[in-house]
Amino acid sequence: MTCLPAHTEKKLGLVIDLDTCVGCQACVTACKEWNTGGHMAPLTDIDPYGGHVDGVWFNRVHTYEHMTEMGGRTVNFPRSCLHCEQPACVTVCPTGASYKRASDGIVLVDEDKCIGCKLCSWACPYGAREFDTDVGVMKKCTLCVDRIYNDNLAEEDRVPACVAACPTSARHFGDLGDPASAISQLVEARGGVELMPELGYKPTNRYLPPRARTERAARVDAPALEPIRAEGGFLGWIDRMLSN
Amino acid sequence: MHPAISVVFFTTATGAGYGLLALLGVLGGLGYVEPGFWFGLVSMALALGLIVAGLLSSTGHLGRPERAWRAFSQWRSSWLSREGVASVATFIPAALFGIGWAVLGRSGGWVAVAGLLAAAGGAATVGATGMIYASLKPIAQWHSRYTLPAYLVFAAMTGAVLLNALLQGFGRGSTSVLACAGLATLAGWGWKLATWRHNDRLELPTSTNAATGLAGGTVRSIEWPHTEENYVLKEMGFRIARKHSARLRRITNFLAFAAPAVLLGIAFLLPWPVAAATASVLAALLQFAGMLVERWLFFAEAKHTVTLYYGR
Ligand code: SF4
Ligand code: SF4
Repeated sequence: MTCLPAHTEKKLGLVIDLDTCVGCQACVTACKEWNTGGHMAPLTDIDPYGGHVDGVWFNRVHTYEHMTEMGGRTVNFPRSCLHCEQPACVTVCPTGASYKRASDGIVLVDEDKCIGCKLCSWACPYGAREFDTDVGVMKKCTLCVDRIYNDNLAEEDRVPACVAACPTSARHFGDLGDPASAISQLVEARGGVELMPELGYKPTNRYLPPRARTERAARVDAPALEPIRAEGGFLGWIDRMLSN
Repeated sequence: MHPAISVVFFTTATGAGYGLLALLGVLGGLGYVEPGFWFGLVSMALALGLIVAGLLSSTGHLGRPERAWRAFSQWRSSWLSREGVASVATFIPAALFGIGWAVLGRSGGWVAVAGLLAAAGGAATVGATGMIYASLKPIAQWHSRYTLPAYLVFAAMTGAVLLNALLQGFGRGSTSVLACAGLATLAGWGWKLATWRHNDRLELPTSTNAATGLAGGTVRSIEWPHTEENYVLKEMGFRIARKHSARLRRITNFLAFAAPAVLLGIAFLLPWPVAAATASVLAALLQFAGMLVERWLFFAEAKHTVTLYYGR
């Protein structure tokens, strides 16, 4: 059913800290590794060792240069499905393959119903859906539904693979519908933002902007390099000959 | 946006087919256009043939065409589903009208009702097609008040030019249908020019700042997550034809609007039926080709918000 639930019991989602993300791509590979055997498996790779590599990934890390009057800084930016509250990717789906769960707000694709019309990928402003040309269906992030409720895993492992893998703890998982949850508090404390709020998709995931620069950091200015003096003698002669 | 040939052909062909069907349904059903066995048969076959060919072609870009029947289920939320339902539902009055008008040679009564219903179904289907595009917020060129009327105007235009070509070809030319075809072509041209003018001044509905959550200053993409093009870039970041858009617009102007308008004008002035018929048929053929280019551009010039992430 591609009509949206009026209300979801939880709003499970991710919070991504753009201050601490180092762009190491660990979340990207962990996601691919888990999900190529998980709910949406396989995450096809086409020509993986050739010159025209292609394939499905749920999570992609971009790098940007953010220039402000404070100067420039490099920001690594992981991009994946935001499990929106008003996901047009779901309502445009003609088959009922795309749906939003009333229990936890996760947006999923039923691979057995998808006809591969691609309309949902057009409707997503964030580019979070990728078409699998091998299987002929649309694929997307599942928020690791097959991990977060998985009783076979140790309690601490019941988080999305990307969250478990992040070496700098830049990724957080939890219920953003509950204002008392640790993740909601984190968003509150750090002024987490929605992406492209003007489009009205109401993404669940939040991004924590990089912290403001501080002047407290130690400044160790390196001594200026001395100008290179022209060598005399034999070495100088060789230098001059080779420079000609 | 990547212009899939199957979708370009689909929307052009069904637009012309439903336009012709609607005109036949109204004019034939109410008795303004007599069927005459061959004319009735050929014109209905052309209308339904265009529709069926278009619908079949639209399944060509599906990943799993064998499941296409599932697309009729979500009419409560999805315009694509509504389009599917409307297109299939329209076949019922269209078939009844075809039997009554073309085969039995009747008009008025139930034939008129079937004809009007077929016309309404055709308009609803084309309208739903337009809404598929008009409802997509990430694509400013589509999410505009120009999109839905464009689909309806172009369906009426190509349908009227086809009907005129058929009538002239069968030696039954009607000056009022000819005049309508010419005026519809001018109206379509005006709408396209206005749309282009609007689109050329259009900004993306959002910014790279909003896309990345980085407020203030400028945000510049310095590294992509992948070295090759991926699905997102191939499908939503298509930009080959954007490069040639000025030339393609000139081709559209000529083939879809200017040449047919001139040819229809010539047909109007010529007292010689064979020449008028030739000009009318040529106008329809050129216009169809021109509308294929127009539809290609409709996709190729449309810019998706995801391109912001790639700095394209
Ligand atoms: S990010 Fe895109 S795919 Fe995910 S729920 Fe939102 S609109 Fe749908
Ligand atoms: S590609 Fe599949 S999931 Fe997406 S809209 Fe089409 S049928 Fe629905």
